[in-house]
Amino acid sequence: MSNVFMGMPSLPVFGDGNLHIDEPFPAAAHRELGNTQMRANLRHATHTIRDKRLKVVGELPDWEELRDAGAATKNLVMANLPALLEEFEKNFTARGGIIHWARDADEANRIVSDLIKEQDTDEVVKVKSMATQEIGLNEYLEEQGISAFETDLAELIVQLGHDKPSHILVPAIHKNRSEVRDIFLAEMPNVDPNLTDEPRLLAMAAREHLRRKFLSAKVAVSGANFALADSGTLAVVESEGNGRMCLTLPETLITVMGIEKLLPGKEDLEVFMQLLPRSSTGERMNPYTSLWTGVTEGDGPQNVHLVMLDNGRTAALADKYGRTALNCIRCSACMNVCPVYERTGGHAYGSTYPGPIGAILTPLLTGIKSEENSSLPYASSLCGACFDACPVKINIPEILVHLRGEDVDSKRGEKKLPSQMDLMMKGAQWAFSSGKHLGLLEKGLPLGKLAAGRDKKIKRLPGIAAGWTRSRDIPAPPTQSFRDWWKKDHRPAAATTEQEK
Amino acid sequence: MSAKEEILSRITSALRDAPTPEPIPREYRTTSDMPLAELIELLVDRLEDYKAHVDVVDSAQLSATIADRLKDATSFVVPHGIDETWLADATPDGDARRRTDAPGAVLGIPELDSTDAVLTSSAVSIAESGTIVLDGTPDQGRRAISLVPDHHVCVVPASTIVRLLPEALPRMDITRPLTWISGPSATSDIELERVEGVHGPRRLDVIIVKGL
Ligand code: SF4
Repeated sequence: MSNVFMGMPSLPVFGDGNLHIDEPFPAAAHRELGNTQMRANLRHATHTIRDKRLKVVGELPDWEELRDAGAATKNLVMANLPALLEEFEKNFTARGGIIHWARDADEANRIVSDLIKEQDTDEVVKVKSMATQEIGLNEYLEEQGISAFETDLAELIVQLGHDKPSHILVPAIHKNRSEVRDIFLAEMPNVDPNLTDEPRLLAMAAREHLRRKFLSAKVAVSGANFALADSGTLAVVESEGNGRMCLTLPETLITVMGIEKLLPGKEDLEVFMQLLPRSSTGERMNPYTSLWTGVTEGDGPQNVHLVMLDNGRTAALADKYGRTALNCIRCSACMNVCPVYERTGGHAYGSTYPGPIGAILTPLLTGIKSEENSSLPYASSLCGACFDACPVKINIPEILVHLRGEDVDSKRGEKKLPSQMDLMMKGAQWAFSSGKHLGLLEKGLPLGKLAAGRDKKIKRLPGIAAGWTRSRDIPAPPTQSFRDWWKKDHRPAAATTEQEK
Repeated sequence: MSAKEEILSRITSALRDAPTPEPIPREYRTTSDMPLAELIELLVDRLEDYKAHVDVVDSAQLSATIADRLKDATSFVVPHGIDETWLADATPDGDARRRTDAPGAVLGIPELDSTDAVLTSSAVSIAESGTIVLDGTPDQGRRAISLVPDHHVCVVPASTIVRLLPEALPRMDITRPLTWISGPSATSDIELERVEGVHGPRRLDVIIVKGL
C-alpha cells in the first residue's frame, strides 16, 4: 500500500460517539451552576493544581524553549502524517504487533469487541483512555455482553457512581473525598464499612477492589499518550500502577489511539516527557511511564494490537485554522486555569472533551453544524489563560473566534437572512464608526431606565442577547452617558490642576 | 477501499494546502556539567520528595545495605542476572527467602503476588526529575517482577545518573520494554492531592552506589 493520493478528494468526514452536546452550552451551564457543592469541589481542585503546576514549571529555565519545540514538533507531525503513519505501522508490525484502522467510533468498537471475543473472555481491564471514552467503548462492550473494568481511580469512581467524566485527567474532579467514600460504601462489594474519607484509605480500598481483576485478566484495553514512528514504540503515562498492571500482566493487549498521537522519534520524548507531567499533575515526573514496541518475548502481552482511530480527526486536520487543536497532548492545563470551566464544570460541555480544548476540538471533530455543538465555541470569555498554560502553545482563543465565524456563516447560509448576530454586528459597526452615531444611540439610554424595573436591574434582554441575562441581571444604564457628562463637566476652561487631585 | 486507504486518502486531501512547518527549534538544555556529588544530591532530593527511601553507599557497603532493606521481607524475588555478590548478606543461611525469576523458569503471577519484595538493578536515572529507568536486561528482569511485589528495592549505580532527560534518552534502547519510575505508586485523583500507594509497589527503596 502506498499513500499516493487515491481518487476524489474526500469531503471532511466527521466523527461520532460521545462528542455531541445534546443541549446548548448556556442551558447546560445554567443547570450545572446550580450545583454549589460541585463548584466548591472544582474550585478547590483547580486551585490546588494551578499552584503545583506553576511551581514545577518555574523550576525549568528552558520551559518556553520546550514549549516552542513541542509546538513545532506537533506541526511537523501533522504536515507529514501519512508518511509517519506508514513508518510507524512498518516498525510496530515488524516487532510482532498487529495494526487495525478504524474510520469512525463504530468501526473501532467492533474491532475491539471482536478481538476480545477471540480470547474467549467476557471481561477486560481498562487503563484510562480518552479515545475509548470518545468512541463509547464501554457502552458498546456492555451491549456485547463484555464487562469493562476501569482501573484508574478517578475512572473507577465515575464508573461505580454511574456518573460521567468531567475532566480529561481526573474524571471525578467534581467529587470530593466524602462523596467518593459514599460511592465506595454503596457500590464496592466487600468494602470495609468503617471506611473513612481519608484519600490514602480510599486509594487502599481501590487497590483491594481491583487487585484480583488485575492478576486474573486475560485482556487489557489501553490508550496511548505517544507513538514513536521511527521505532514503532507506544507510551503510556500514569501514576497509580494500574497502567503497568494492564500493560504487563494480561496475555492480550488492545490499544486504541487517535492517528494524531504520533511523534517522529525517541528524541521527541525528551521534550514531551518534560512538558506533559509538569502541565498535567504538576509533578516533575509522573510515577510511572511504560514504553513497549510490539511484542517482547517472555515479557508482557504476547498478543498485541493497536487500533488507529480517525473519527473526525482528518476533518479537523482539513480546517487549516483549526488543525492545531490536534496538537493537544491532553494534559488538562487549559481546563485547570479556565474561569468558565471552574464554574460550570466539565459536564456542561456535553462531550468527552470539556474545557477550552473541548470547546474547539469537539466541534472540529463533529463539524460545527452537529446538534448543539455550535454553542461550544461561545463557552469562553477569550481571556487567554488557556493559551498561556498550553504546553504545545495551541492558540485556543484564536480558534474559538474562527469557529464562531464558521458558526455565523453556516447559520447565515441556512437561513439566507441576516441573523440577529449579523444585525447586531452591523449595528455595532455603525455605532462605533463615528462619535455622532454613538451620541445618537446614547440618547436611548433613558429608555433603558424604563426597561429596568424598580430595582434598577434589567432582567431580560430581547433576542439572542437574552442568553446574557438568563443567568445574570444587568444594572440599568445611567441617565446620562459618559460622553454627555464629559461634555458638561469638562469645558476647556474648567481644566483641573495637578494639586487639586 | 480498506479503512487504512480511506483514512490516508482523507489525510492527503485534508493537507492539500501543503502546510510547510518550521524546523523544530531545540534551544532547550540538552547537556549539563554537574559534578557527580551534586547529581547524587539532586536525585536524592527528588526521590525523597516522592516519598521513596534513599541510601547513598559505597560499593563495599552495598550487600549490607541490601540485607538491611530486605530484612522485613519473608520472601523476595531477584532477576536471574542479578550480581550475586550483592546478596551475600541478605542470604546468610542459604536461599530460603530468595526466589529467582529466569527465562524458562518464570514465576507465576500468584507466586509473585505472594512474594513480599523484589530486588533489581536499573539502567539509567535522571536527577532533575527523580526518575529511574528499568529496561528489562537480566539484572532488572521482566516487567512483572518489579510490579507485583509490594516493596521494590532498586539499586542505582552512580555512573548511570545524568541530570537531564535529554541526556538520558541516548542511553536507552527504546525498543526494549521500558519502565520509568518516579517514586512509589501514587494518585492525585481525589481533590488533586497526591497520596502515595495504589496498585504499584507501595514502598520504594533506592540504593545509590558510589563507585559502581
Ligand atoms: S489544549 Fe493544551 S493545555 Fe489543553 S489539554 Fe491540550 S495540550 Fe493541554
